[in-house]
Amino acid sequence: MAVAEVELAQVARRARVDWAPYLLVLPTLAFLAVFFVYPMAQAIGLAISDQQTGAWTLANFRRMAGDLYFAPAVRYSILIAAFAVPLQVALGLVIALLVNSRFPGHSAFLYLTAIPIGISDLAAGLIWLSIFTERGYLNAFLQAAGAVTEPIIFLTFEHRSWLVAAIVITEVWRATAIVMLILLSGLQLIPKDYHETASVFGAGRWRTLWHVTLPLLRPSLQTALIIRTILAFQVFATVITLTGRQIPVLAGEAYFWYTLYRSPNVASSYAAIILVLSAAITLGYLRLLRQRELEMAA
Amino acid sequence: MTLRRLGVYSAAVVIAAWVLLPLVLITLAAFSPRDTLYEWPRRIIPDHFTLETMLFFVRSAGVLPSVLNSVIVAVLTIIVAFLISAPAGYALARYRFRGRDAVNLAILATKMFPATVLSIPLAVAFIRWGLYDRLIGVAIVHATLSIPFVTVIVSSVFVGISFELEEAAMTLGSSRLQAFLRVTMPMALPGLAAAAIFTFVLSWNEVFAATILTLNNRTLPALIVNSVLAAGAPMHYRFAGGFFMVLPALIIILLIRRYLLTLWGVTVR
Repeated sequence: MAVAEVELAQVARRARVDWAPYLLVLPTLAFLAVFFVYPMAQAIGLAISDQQTGAWTLANFRRMAGDLYFAPAVRYSILIAAFAVPLQVALGLVIALLVNSRFPGHSAFLYLTAIPIGISDLAAGLIWLSIFTERGYLNAFLQAAGAVTEPIIFLTFEHRSWLVAAIVITEVWRATAIVMLILLSGLQLIPKDYHETASVFGAGRWRTLWHVTLPLLRPSLQTALIIRTILAFQVFATVITLTGRQIPVLAGEAYFWYTLYRSPNVASSYAAIILVLSAAITLGYLRLLRQRELEMAA
Repeated sequence: MTLRRLGVYSAAVVIAAWVLLPLVLITLAAFSPRDTLYEWPRRIIPDHFTLETMLFFVRSAGVLPSVLNSVIVAVLTIIVAFLISAPAGYALARYRFRGRDAVNLAILATKMFPATVLSIPLAVAFIRWGLYDRLIGVAIVHATLSIPFVTVIVSSVFVGISFELEEAAMTLGSSRLQAFLRVTMPMALPGLAAAAIFTFVLSWNEVFAATILTLNNRTLPALIVNSVLAAGAPMHYRFAGGFFMVLPALIIILLIRRYLLTLWGVTVR
């Protein structure tokens, strides 16, 4: 009797399932399946199949790995990410903390520092080109300050580290705003009581920052790191505008293999590498940051 | 206390200068006479300002048609992205349903994944589907990129509007759809407009997919990349192009400033 009642109630609940949300969500999921999941599988598929016959082969990967630009492209992509991402996170954190301290004028400061989120990698590259090029603003400032008499050629193959530095500076200028917004929204989720409690117990500003704010901000820091690292491996227009192909990068090589050598299959091999690297990085960060948590608990 | 305030302000001024100075310089470059840009010693502020450099860029072959293409693609992107993902944003705000977290995760994955490199396999598919070198093809990819942003803004907009108002309208005899259109929609419009503007910028700025997926029907970024790489465009063309591309960004940040945090403020937990 009692069992029957429970069953009846369950049946009734099942019958009352509201299908509306599923119908509303369906277009998004279907669209993502066709234009996001399918091409992802297709990237792998193209990378491991022959351009003419479609038969399975590793020839595309061999062609990619045998190319003169491949090894430097991997190296420079990692190098650029390794320099740019920590700088973006550090500067983004400083800006977010400044805004969150709510000094008079903080909202104007927020909008100002957020401007670069509306600026493309291409435009950012062209802007910094006007600074770093031979007759550019950097040389103009140096000359006006009396530091040089002849222009210094910054963007040259002879100083590859300068080329990388120019890319990193441009990427930091452009993409710090995204990190800052992620971290700022994370900061605003932290209840004020935590800070009040910390100061009641006599913690100074720096100790509060280190022991209260940063640990609580960890999920946002994690998101910022993952998003920025993955995007750093797709860096394209900034590199192209500042250095052409002098500094090869993964996305750039995918572009050249597609447009210049007309091989969508080798280009897809590059896309596949970027996908695998991104997945590995995401998992790596999640692992790394979770282990920290365990260590702290232990 | 005052020392601390001094520190805060000087840090803010330095950072503001770091963000602003390159924007000022590209503006100077875009309105300097061509000769000033190539002479040495290089003058920072030209002896007179001129439209000559900007006009040279705008009148260069292909620029105006590609600007038109960019605008068309951006508008198509807004239409596609909203048709597809505004309902999802509404559902995520208004319903608690099984699988809600999975949907959230799928949408977040799109934001975090290297979606632009997917344009290479897509180009192959688009040739088969007859979408290659067509503006709607580019718009579809841009819509894929903007779906996570449109969904979160739309969702946050509807979370901010009390459902009780809709319910009140329904008790007064209007259907759920009527209640939505007459009561919720007018209040949601500013937020939805912000989402549309952001989508416009995202599409206007996107380089890689547009470059891969077009050949004759270039968008502006695709045209500039091509003229820099293949045609070796002169410096003053590049500077003017850079300024031209940045212009919308400045206006747009002002328009959507209230939603800046919603756009990026999603955290993986």
